[in-house]
Amino acid sequence: MGKVVLVTGAARRLAGGLVERIRSEPGVERVVGVDTLRPAHAAGGAEFVRADIRRPEIARVLAEQRPDTVVHTDVDASPVGVHGAGGRGAVKETNVIGTMQLLAACQNAPTVSRLVVRSTTEVYGSTPRDPAVFDESTPPKSLPRGGFAKDAVEVEGYVRGFARRRPDVSVTVLRFAHLLGPSAESPLARYFALPVLPTVLGYDPRLQFVHEDDAVEALRIAAGEPRRGTINAGTFNVAGDGVLLLSQCARRLGRPELPLPLPALRWGRSALASVGVGDFSAEQLRLLTHGRVVRTSQMRETLGFEPRFTTAAALAVYAEARGPGLLPPESLAGAVDRLAAAVSPPASDGARAAAERRGGERSQEAPEHG
Amino acid sequence: MGDAKVIPFGPSGGEQPERPDGAGEGDTGEGRGRRRERERPSGEPEFTSGDGWEQRLARGLAFLRRRVRGDYEVDDFGYDPELTDQVLMSLLRPLYEKYFRVEVRGVEHIPDEGGALIVANHSGTLPLDGLMMQVAVHDHHPANRHLRLLAADLVFLLPAVGELARKAGHTLACAEDAARLLERGEAVGVMPEGYKGLGKPFGERYKLQRFGRGGFVATALRAGAPIVPCSIVGAEEIYPMVGNSRTLARLLGLPYFPVTPTFPWLGALGAVPLPTKWTIEFGEPIPTDDYPPGSADDPMLMFNLTDRVRETIQHTLYKLLVRRRSVFF
Repeated sequence: MGKVVLVTGAARRLAGGLVERIRSEPGVERVVGVDTLRPAHAAGGAEFVRADIRRPEIARVLAEQRPDTVVHTDVDASPVGVHGAGGRGAVKETNVIGTMQLLAACQNAPTVSRLVVRSTTEVYGSTPRDPAVFDESTPPKSLPRGGFAKDAVEVEGYVRGFARRRPDVSVTVLRFAHLLGPSAESPLARYFALPVLPTVLGYDPRLQFVHEDDAVEALRIAAGEPRRGTINAGTFNVAGDGVLLLSQCARRLGRPELPLPLPALRWGRSALASVGVGDFSAEQLRLLTHGRVVRTSQMRETLGFEPRFTTAAALAVYAEARGPGLLPPESLAGAVDRLAAAVSPPASDGARAAAERRGGERSQEAPEHG
Repeated sequence: MGDAKVIPFGPSGGEQPERPDGAGEGDTGEGRGRRRERERPSGEPEFTSGDGWEQRLARGLAFLRRRVRGDYEVDDFGYDPELTDQVLMSLLRPLYEKYFRVEVRGVEHIPDEGGALIVANHSGTLPLDGLMMQVAVHDHHPANRHLRLLAADLVFLLPAVGELARKAGHTLACAEDAARLLERGEAVGVMPEGYKGLGKPFGERYKLQRFGRGGFVATALRAGAPIVPCSIVGAEEIYPMVGNSRTLARLLGLPYFPVTPTFPWLGALGAVPLPTKWTIEFGEPIPTDDYPPGSADDPMLMFNLTDRVRETIQHTLYKLLVRRRSVFF
C-alpha cells in the first residue's frame, strides 16, 4: 500500500468503507477522500478535501496532496447524496468528464504510481447472442448505447489511454457485478426493494451479486502492493460465487413477480418511472431480459481475491436487512407443509413421526403461521 | 437463507432429499445419478416406478416446498437440474416413449464421466431431435448423464423458449460456451448442420448438410474430449417440409418458414408432428487427446476430422434406413 492514498467519491458508502479499511493498513500515512459533498458517514482519521473531479481543481488537489495511489470509485449509476438529485446528466458528467479530468491530473502528477478504477460488468452488455459467461477478454456483441453502461465503457476507454501514456503507473480496473448488502446503493438494490417486482414475461435472467464488503476488500487488494504470486494490475471481474435466477431472487426475497410483456415494459418504462417504480433504464431492462454472468477465475488466480459472500449469501444479507416482502418464503413453505399434512394419510408410524417432526419444525420456523 | 432445512416427507422418511451445496454442479449431477440408481435398480424411468402414490405425492410436495422458497441451485448457464429431472424430462418422456417410440443403440459409447462432444445430424423443422437425444442420454445412459445441448441464438431470443432451454441445460452454440462446458467435464450435444439441416426440404432427407465451419472439432480437440457421432433416424419425417415461404420467413425474422402438407393450412392442428418411429444410434467415440498440442490450429487436420465425423454419421444413417421396415413402425 502506498503512503498517501487518494480516494474519489468519498461521500459514497463504498468509498467510505474503503477509507475505513485502509486507514489502519501498515505503511499508510494518509488517506485523502475527495468528493463534492462531505461524507455523512464518519471516516475518522481520514482527511477530506471538498473538490469536484469534473473541474481542473482536481489537478491542484493532486499537486498538493502528492498521492502515490489513486482509487477512483466515483463511477456510479446514481448521483451521490439525496436520491435523484442532479439526475442522469450530472451522473454522466461525473463519470465521464470526472474521469477525464482525474486522469489528466494523474498524468501530470509524477508521484502517482498506482491507479485503481471502479467499473462494472455492465460493460459486457446483455444480448441473446452473447456467450453464457463473460470473460475479461470477451468483446461485447453490442456496445451499450446509453446509460451508466455506456459511461463505464467510455471510462474504461480513457483508462486504457492513460495506461498507454503512463506505462510506469500500475493500472487496475475492477468490473463489479451488482452490489448488494445491507446498505448498498445500486439500481438493482432499489429494484429489489419494490413491493412487487415487474419482470419480463418469458425470460428468467441469471444474475450475480457481490457483497459491498467484498467490493471494499477487492478495492483494497487492488490498491495495495501485490502479494507474492499475484498480479494486481489489469482488468478483473469481481462477483460472488454462484448464480441466481431472477425468479429465485424474488422467491427468496418474498416479493411477488409481476410478469409483463417486453414491449409493454419498453413503452411503459417512463410511466413506471414517473410513478416512482424504480428507474427502469434501457440497460436494466436488458439485464432483466437476458441476464449476465461473468467468469471470476482471473480474480481468484491472478488478483488473489476470494469473496467471502456468495451471490446467494449477498442476497440473503440484503433480504435480512430489508425485512420480508409480501410473500415471505417461510409462510409459503408453511402453506405447503399444511397441504402435505392435510393430504397425507396416516399411512404408517414413520409417516406420522415425520409429520410430527414437521409440525414441530414449522412452529419453530414461522410461529405466526404455525 | 440457503441453509434452510429440508424436512423429509413420506414413510421412507430417513432419506434426506438431496440438496446440492456449493457451486460445483458436476458432482451433484453424479450424486443425483447415483440416487436415481438406488431408487430404481431395474432401470425403469421414474414415473412408472412402483412406489405408491403417497410417496410420489410426498416427493412432489417436498419439491414444491423447495421451489416456493427459491431453495435450489442453478449453474452459470442457468441449468436447473432439479426442474429438469422432476418436470421437464417427465413432460418429454411421453413424447419419447409413447409417441416416437425411440429406440436407443450404443448409448454406452458416451463415457461415464468427463467431457464428451456428441455430434448429431439435425432435422425435422423443429428441433425435437435434440430434445429426444437429451432424454435418450438421460434415461438410458448407465451414469444418467445430462446432455448439455448447444442451441441457436434464436432460441434465446424467444420468450419462454429461451428460459426453458436455459433451465434444461442448453446454451448458445458458440466456442466459448462449448469449451467451458467440456472443461467442466460435461457431455455436450451439438448439431453442426444448424438451420441448414433443420430446415432442409423433404426431398433431401437423410442427406447431411455442410457441418458448419467445423469449429466443434477444434473445440473438442482443445479440451481433449472424445467426439461421439450420433445418428438420428425418424426425425426427418415428423414435418415433411415440401415448401419454404421465404417472404414469410423474412417478415417474421425466421431462418425459414416451413410449408408441410398440413401446415399452415390446418393451423395449430397442422403443427402436430407425424408419429414416426425413431432410432438414435451413438457410434464409437473418436478420441482427440492423442494429437500433439497446437493441432487445433491446423485447418487441414480439422477438415479431415470433420469429414470423418460426418462420414460416420452419414454411413450409420444409411445403415439404419436399410434396417428400417417402415417410417411409422
